[in-house]
Amino acid sequence: MSGLALLIPLALGMGLAGLAAFFWAMRTGQFEDPEGSARRILIEDEEDD
Amino acid sequence: MTHPAPLGRDGDAATPCIDSRYTVPGMRCAGCIGKIERGLADVPGVAAARVNFSAKRVAVSHDPGLSETDILRAIERLGFEAQLTAGNPLAEDRGETRNLLRALAVAGFGMMNIMLLSVSVWSGAAGVTRDLFHWLSALIAIPVIAYAGRPFFTSAAMALRHRRTNMDVPISIGVLLATGLSLYETVTGGPHAYFDGAVMLLFFLLAGRVLDGMMRDRARDGISALLKRSAPGAMIVRADGSTRWTDARAIEPDAIMLVAAGESLAADGVIESGASSFDLSMLTGESDPQTKSPGDPVLAGTVNLSGPVTVRVTRTGDDTSIADIARLMDEAGQHRSTYVRIADRAARLYAPAVHTLALAALVGWLLAGAGLHQALLIAVAVLIITCPCALGLAVPAAQVVASGALIKRGVLIKDGSALERLAEADHALFDKTGTLTLGEPRPVSLDHLSTSERSVALALAQASRHPISKGMRTGLDSAGAAPARLTDVSETPGEGMAGRWGGIAVALTRPEHADGGSLAVKLVIGDNVRRIDFTDPLRPAVRDTFDRLARLGISSAILSGDRTAAVGEVAHALDTPFQAEARPADKVAAIAGLADRGYKVLMVGDGLNDGPALAAAYVSMAPGSASDVGQQAADAVFTSTSLMPVALTVKVARRTMRIVRQNFALAIGYNIVAVPLALAGLVTPLIAAIAMSGSSLIVVGNALRLSRAAK
Repeated sequence: MSGLALLIPLALGMGLAGLAAFFWAMRTGQFEDPEGSARRILIEDEEDD
Repeated sequence: MTHPAPLGRDGDAATPCIDSRYTVPGMRCAGCIGKIERGLADVPGVAAARVNFSAKRVAVSHDPGLSETDILRAIERLGFEAQLTAGNPLAEDRGETRNLLRALAVAGFGMMNIMLLSVSVWSGAAGVTRDLFHWLSALIAIPVIAYAGRPFFTSAAMALRHRRTNMDVPISIGVLLATGLSLYETVTGGPHAYFDGAVMLLFFLLAGRVLDGMMRDRARDGISALLKRSAPGAMIVRADGSTRWTDARAIEPDAIMLVAAGESLAADGVIESGASSFDLSMLTGESDPQTKSPGDPVLAGTVNLSGPVTVRVTRTGDDTSIADIARLMDEAGQHRSTYVRIADRAARLYAPAVHTLALAALVGWLLAGAGLHQALLIAVAVLIITCPCALGLAVPAAQVVASGALIKRGVLIKDGSALERLAEADHALFDKTGTLTLGEPRPVSLDHLSTSERSVALALAQASRHPISKGMRTGLDSAGAAPARLTDVSETPGEGMAGRWGGIAVALTRPEHADGGSLAVKLVIGDNVRRIDFTDPLRPAVRDTFDRLARLGISSAILSGDRTAAVGEVAHALDTPFQAEARPADKVAAIAGLADRGYKVLMVGDGLNDGPALAAAYVSMAPGSASDVGQQAADAVFTSTSLMPVALTVKVARRTMRIVRQNFALAIGYNIVAVPLALAGLVTPLIAAIAMSGSSLIVVGNALRLSRAAK
């Protein structure tokens, strides 16, 4: 039983953290431009922005 | 739509920046993103620019002193064609899908954690541990159901208020009853709680809805990227002689508009000075351009083809010929809403059957001497097991896979209901100008030109954006010509292109006398003069498309606003019945007549004049070159020049409906096995969970077979 007291809050906490991360990603527009994000890594920055 | 962080990053606090958005269809690669963002950032007055590659759009945050036209020019200087996107009626916010996605995430979180606890209960946790786990499940499930179930509860409440029933009614009743009973079990320390079942049900159904919403958004994005000018307007000459770009809604009668070649008119008017030929095809379907000179009336929505003219405005806004068409379209679109989607039709039969069954189980077990608690448990098990989980996924899963396959072939379907109606169509009506034909001038023949003449013509045509030059370029490109090296190339509006080839003066101009409004250009190389005639050719594969449609049991006919002779010629070549000189109202009447005789009409059209017909037809399609009105009114848009996607889409739609019906059969077959078990009181939460996820996976797997349907 003592294991449960630790493991269940841990499992729930990890689930909640995942959920919070997803909500954050949606709110900050991480899914707005999936194709662009994939291509942006290929842009060569000649000058520092 | 935009990532907020980079915008206004380097804007100074003193002048607040304004944002504007542009569609740039020509973006292809990472280099384009960098080029546009860096190039625009260098323009004085621009604080930041951010490209959205998926939507082919760029958002610019700039100083209010910098006009939108300046930014358009700046983008064009970077080598991209751009259009201002403003007041786009299709760009309704994606709030609905986002809310569903949030609900799906919450349901997924709840489902996993409850399943974690449920598995331990199923594997033998008993006594205090089981009670504790049930309490924990309840603690997770109740807020999750309250949040994730809202889309279903509100829709069910709405349906019941209108004394109708839809798929959401049995879902809501099932989920609420299961939750209520499980809560009672938890409080009294009973053995069976269905929290996992209830949350899993919501998760699977939300997945179906999210897929449905994403498919709609993707198609809408694709179509809004095709829309040309969402903010029509004109250059208005002001009292002091200066000119200013004015929005169409702000133009007043008696104002003087400057209309350059290639522009469309924003208001009805009379030509004050200048003469030009006008393309009426979008407005009336007439294929031959008409020459208009001072004193002649011209109509809003027509395109000025050859020379600049000044026009005195006579009617604006709600009085113009375009506004009449818009009104007709509104009326025509009203009966469209009476179509009931196949899932809701199924629910109308399914919901009463399921509820009767659950009630019968309750009454039956009570009569057989079971206690109220046990009888209720069995009735809820029946509701959970019959809850339309697979049924809720059966339709969207198939439609999403099919529309994804069609997008790869350049067909954008606006929603699932369009696919359902496409599958039922049994008569096709085609507009002629711009639908069966390309709607762009192409050279009739280039055979009489020598190789050097071709390369000079190509070099001259390349330097102009006039529709005839574009057609010339396309024609010469496909004939394999290479441009000659010219110097001093210049364009005189209304006249044509001129330049020098080596030491020889060359020009591409309009002929002295344009006979009968037909389009032609004159290629001058030194003393050598060649005439090149232009025509509006048929799209590729028109004949094939008609044949394929006939094989699918769909008869085709032409319904055009063009002159009888012009339509007759095309109809004769295709061996198809036709109706010519049809005004927008005549087209709607023709469709209504066919509908009265029991036909389900597929209308394919492109022009403004087809808008009401597209809205009135049972289902409609438009080419990507169509007017904005046409694309917005149609259920599906195909982007290729060939007409073949029309037949392909009907074929895919029918195959989709076949898969949907198979999915229904699978779902019903599963019920035939599962319901007797539930009625006998043998279904435990474990069996319910396995049955539910199993049937959903089978249905989704079956739908995935459609991914190759468009090949």
